[in-house]
Amino acid sequence: MSRIIRTEEIAKAVSRLCRDANLKLSDDVYSALQNALSMEESSFGKEVLTELIENAETAAELEIPICQDTGFTIVFIDMGQDVHIEGGGLKDAVDAGVREAYRSSHFRTSVADDHIFSRKNTGDNTPSILHLEMVPGDVFKVTVMIKGGGSESVGRAGVLKPAEGKEGIRRFVLETVEAAGPNPCPPIIVGVGYGGTTDYAAYLAKRALLKSLDEKNPDPNLAELEQDLLDSINRLGIGPAGMGGRVTAIATKIATHPSHIATMPVAVDISCYALRRKSVQI
Amino acid sequence: MIDNREQGTGNKYIELTTPLVDKDVEQLRVGDRVLLSGIVYTARDASQRHIVEDLEAGKELPADLKGQVLYYTGPSPAGPGRVIGSAGPTTSARMDVYVRTMLELGVKGFIGKGRRSMDVRDDLKTYKAVYFLATAGAGALLSRHITAAKVIGYPELGPEAVYELQLDRFPLIVGDDTYGDDMFEREWPRWKR
Repeated sequence: MSRIIRTEEIAKAVSRLCRDANLKLSDDVYSALQNALSMEESSFGKEVLTELIENAETAAELEIPICQDTGFTIVFIDMGQDVHIEGGGLKDAVDAGVREAYRSSHFRTSVADDHIFSRKNTGDNTPSILHLEMVPGDVFKVTVMIKGGGSESVGRAGVLKPAEGKEGIRRFVLETVEAAGPNPCPPIIVGVGYGGTTDYAAYLAKRALLKSLDEKNPDPNLAELEQDLLDSINRLGIGPAGMGGRVTAIATKIATHPSHIATMPVAVDISCYALRRKSVQI
Repeated sequence: MIDNREQGTGNKYIELTTPLVDKDVEQLRVGDRVLLSGIVYTARDASQRHIVEDLEAGKELPADLKGQVLYYTGPSPAGPGRVIGSAGPTTSARMDVYVRTMLELGVKGFIGKGRRSMDVRDDLKTYKAVYFLATAGAGALLSRHITAAKVIGYPELGPEAVYELQLDRFPLIVGDDTYGDDMFEREWPRWKR
């Protein structure tokens, strides 16, 4: 038995998620910032965190985006294999939703068609990137992530030797965060993907950023590694907005996949403090 | 927003209005708070590439940049009844390559986020200009200090066009001063463990 979902419904959901993600800080992020403020010791750092909290309140009040960089739109759909889509192409529906949101909400359009040749702004923030996962059942979960240029520019992927182990991953993550410095608008959220293939590790790193900041990793080894990485990052001293301080990152999230016996791909995807992502089930 | 939390660090609070002259910028040291008023021009990498091309072609530039301040931002569009959308700083490092040319045109200050290259810091010293930091990620809050906005150059670039912005006590921190000092270089070692 299949469940029918119309493309119009999908476009509407994407549009609403784009709007929400750009205008309203998620609850888990808001709490994490409050928590960061209570931990920060640097006066510059405390001032920045206070401003970022005020900024979220101003954005919600004035209905203007949290950040002028309303980002590149990345859409994750977990689609049950019993779902049947009617009314046109899925990718077209997703882009129709993005287009509608960016036009009606006065969001900045930040997509260039090609950086080397024509370099024209596409004018409506499309095309988005769609990650589709087929899952059992008839669920249809849509998540929109808004990624700004400052944080996307500092991500990194590579392949380590398996013998480098946990220490290798630790070094890779810390090098990436230190090189990023103030550019990705700290306090950052660090997504780490390891295993799979290089491309898949990069996908896992981004996907790790979708996890709730309130929940602990159910795998005790990974939970410990996440905490260890977070503590190490917060010893770097970069601090809020890079002004120096105790809180450089507010969370580290890891996602993994089995990989070939001879390779250990690893990727780091850094989000700005605002971690703009919102989900809905249709 | 500004209070006395910086007591004891020796940093100052200073109000300035553009255009700036040497003595305005020479009094500034890394970590000082500045409330900037007056006109500034937005400039990103795409528009500055056009400025350099126009300069080489002998064309007139969108504005006289003598004593002026460039703000590295691409604002989100104004909604109904608003002057501007969100307007926080973008990553300055992308514009490092254009700094020398802008300084030669008389620019006295740059507003952005993140670190500058050693070359830029040397040039700021030579040409007597400063690099200001605006709070990264606070574009909605900062927009409250912008009282007027209009596109004055390269409208075809959309959000990357040159805007003339009127600022009203726009809050900044001095990131790189005319003495070669750098905010990040000063602060990070204090907190690194």
